[in-house]
Amino acid sequence: MSEIQNISRRGFLKGIVSGGALVLSVQFAPMVAWAQKEQGAFPTRADQGKLHPSVYVGIDPDGTVFVIAHRSEMGTGSRTSLPLVLAEELDADWSRVKIEQAVGDKRFGSQDTDGSHSIREFYGPMREAGATARLMLIRAAAQQWQVPEAECETEPHVVVHRRTGRKAQYGELTMAASQLPVPRKEELKFKPRSAWRYVGKGSPSYDLTELCTGKATYGMDASLDGMLYASVEHPPVLGGKVKSFDEKGPLQVAGVRKVIPLEPFTPPHAFQPLGGIAVVADNTWAAFQGRSKLNAMWDDGANSSYDSDAYKKQLQETARQAGKVVRNQGDVDAEFGKEGKVVEAEYYVPLLAHASMEPPVALADFRDGQVTVWAPTQDPQGVQEVVGKKLGIAPEKVICHVTLLGGGFGRKSKPDFVAEAAILSKNVGRPVKVVWSREDDIRFDYYHAVAAMYMKAAVDANGKPTAWLQRSVFPPIGSTFDATAQYGGGGEMAMGWTSVPYEIANFRAENGPAINHVRIGWFRSVANIYHAFAVDSFTDELAHSAGKDPVEYLLNLIGPPHTFNQQDSAPGQKPDPEGYAFDTGRLRHVIELAAEKAGWGKRKFPKGGGLGIAAHRSFLTYVATVVEVEVNDQGEVRIPRVDTAVDAGTVVNPELTRAQFEGAAVFGTSLARSGEITAKNGAVEQSNFHDYQVARMNDAPLQVNVHIVESEAPPAGVGEPGVPPFAPAVCSAIFAATGKRIRELPLSRANLT
Amino acid sequence: MVNLTVNGVKRSFDGDPEMPLLWYLRDVLRLTGTKFGCGMALCGACTVHQDGKAIRSCSTPMSRVAGSEIKTIEDLSKNGLHPVQKAWIKHNVPQCGYCQSGQIMQAVALLKSKPKPSDQDIEEAMAGNICRCGTFQRIRAAIKDASGEKA
Repeated sequence: MSEIQNISRRGFLKGIVSGGALVLSVQFAPMVAWAQKEQGAFPTRADQGKLHPSVYVGIDPDGTVFVIAHRSEMGTGSRTSLPLVLAEELDADWSRVKIEQAVGDKRFGSQDTDGSHSIREFYGPMREAGATARLMLIRAAAQQWQVPEAECETEPHVVVHRRTGRKAQYGELTMAASQLPVPRKEELKFKPRSAWRYVGKGSPSYDLTELCTGKATYGMDASLDGMLYASVEHPPVLGGKVKSFDEKGPLQVAGVRKVIPLEPFTPPHAFQPLGGIAVVADNTWAAFQGRSKLNAMWDDGANSSYDSDAYKKQLQETARQAGKVVRNQGDVDAEFGKEGKVVEAEYYVPLLAHASMEPPVALADFRDGQVTVWAPTQDPQGVQEVVGKKLGIAPEKVICHVTLLGGGFGRKSKPDFVAEAAILSKNVGRPVKVVWSREDDIRFDYYHAVAAMYMKAAVDANGKPTAWLQRSVFPPIGSTFDATAQYGGGGEMAMGWTSVPYEIANFRAENGPAINHVRIGWFRSVANIYHAFAVDSFTDELAHSAGKDPVEYLLNLIGPPHTFNQQDSAPGQKPDPEGYAFDTGRLRHVIELAAEKAGWGKRKFPKGGGLGIAAHRSFLTYVATVVEVEVNDQGEVRIPRVDTAVDAGTVVNPELTRAQFEGAAVFGTSLARSGEITAKNGAVEQSNFHDYQVARMNDAPLQVNVHIVESEAPPAGVGEPGVPPFAPAVCSAIFAATGKRIRELPLSRANLT
Repeated sequence: MVNLTVNGVKRSFDGDPEMPLLWYLRDVLRLTGTKFGCGMALCGACTVHQDGKAIRSCSTPMSRVAGSEIKTIEDLSKNGLHPVQKAWIKHNVPQCGYCQSGQIMQAVALLKSKPKPSDQDIEEAMAGNICRCGTFQRIRAAIKDASGEKA
């Protein structure tokens, strides 16, 4: 999708660099748009490199290599791993690479860091950028030495001509290389896998020392001289409006400067700020204190009817009715009409909040018709658009610096909080940092959708389904952009629903309607969570109902290895990307691997102990997870061990990948154990970590073993795919251990005694 | 007026004595290594040392640190890295890293009071520190390593 082109950036670079006039860029927009983008672009240190053949890299005469990290770093490691890919093909000495975080700018291609696609989408462009610079350095050396280019090779940071024993440092070649034309993609030569130094071996986080010494800068830590701090009281109910408030109360608090009402959003709410009342002060504490004196009264509006208990019943009722068919093969109704065993079950997963450790926060400085922001955002180009629109300025007039993110999990792809800072800075004429409290974060999230699923199967004498019906109902993410949206979008349906890889002749997947009453958004692994919970739990139920071993049953259900594209089975639905067809052989392999590593079928457990398995492909990565539980007489669950097998294709950074799957097990533990957001009269009832509990060390799995499959397949996602199979595996393990079947999350609602 | 020592420097504060230490450190002294996570002593991101003991600075008013010595992550080790920080680096503990200042300060205080903590000791001491990325397994290993035990 990303085609590298030669683009003259002479105008843009004038006054910044003398040489290197030809620059490669990733083309995502028509050429006309490029000219406009260049006007507002923010120069990088890489742009100033003597050799600068790509937007992603610049090399100085002293050999320092500046590599652009254009994706946001929230802990998944892409800020380290993508530059590592570039360094590989450049054959750079990693210790001489300096990583530079990009501002929001379309010339870097997509910067929306979500969907576990940083490596998948930019592995190619990074390799090309590195190989391009390397080829230019080789050509410069070959010219100087008057030897054939083909006889030259590289060692880290050095071009070598073995026959004559000549060597030249990259730095000394930058001048000559910068005079050469940028090679075409077809001319590039990539290193053979056997010669890789970094990819597949990995590197610790580029920021590791800073992260351990308090020196790393998050959005919360951004500061400017003369800045003020703000805290915003939001309408408790989505779409609510301010009726009245006490302006004088806050101003009596020492340090409070100003009380500023914020306009409510115009529907659809999308990424607009919620409105409310801001209190601006000399420090965060004064802003919080001032806010507590607002005594705001609200006109709650239509969503005040929202009640989670009633809504749950409504979703479940809808799930029992016929819905919109999103995948259909054979004739399930005919099969259900026959005599024979039918198994039915209903599942439920509540609303969930992201609760990243760093709450939403942003610093903005508006002056002279433009605004500069520092924000822990997953989507700096989205910031440019949303902030630009709110302030009535062009997106190019919004310079968005991306700080490190203290967690994101999807919350920080929505820039509503950044727009608040920008509006307030414009209002007070000074830099303003908006700090959300934890209460603001929990009560005003873009929640992971609440979902009800209905499952039904007709089974033969061996317990294998001859017909399978599955129906999910949830308020869709589309409702954030279109208030009338009630059905899941193609993206949501593709997430573990239309792609169920079972060999069943009669299969139907449906989706029922649901209206949103809170903001709904992406959450680490998104719709896969509730879809995997239903599909994988139901599979385990069928196995037990048939008296079969769950692993054998699952493998039998998947059938012999074969590949298919989602569109083959669900025409009109979102296809798998080219080169990423669903390979059930790879899914089978991770199931077998996880089972083997966990000692499936070979271990004896005391009373209250047992194993559960779940397998799920998401973000193009195949994952199988075996969870071991211990349930004591008080019904308390401990998780001594988890074995997760992962086939993510080519893995750039195995150590950081392992960390993602360890973390996913903890994230999965949180949502399985205690994750639940509820609303009454339209307002969210939870507010902080006492009533929205997330896993702590004593709740988390004691040992998570991550088994990465060696693969030469193209790279797939690693940030999210560990999450979906976790909750169903835990619940199946609890069934194995206690005979109690959990069909509703969280576990804290279940009685396991 | 509240007099205290922060990272070896004598300070006096004449603002609202109810202001939590966290905001004095972050907004007044601009020592931003100590993080805001919950404001209710529920997550541990704001952990610092008061006279060598781990406290939650988000819920400790300035009036309660008068005459105290406060140490933050910035001053954990004067020369190079503290052994706990070295262990954190060796085990690649952080993901996003936001909670890790608090985790490290909590772990240092634990090892000071219990140089050879048991698994139970570690769980009890660290249960107040949330890591939403889920690095607990590595935190446990790093603490054991720093205590001289093989993780």
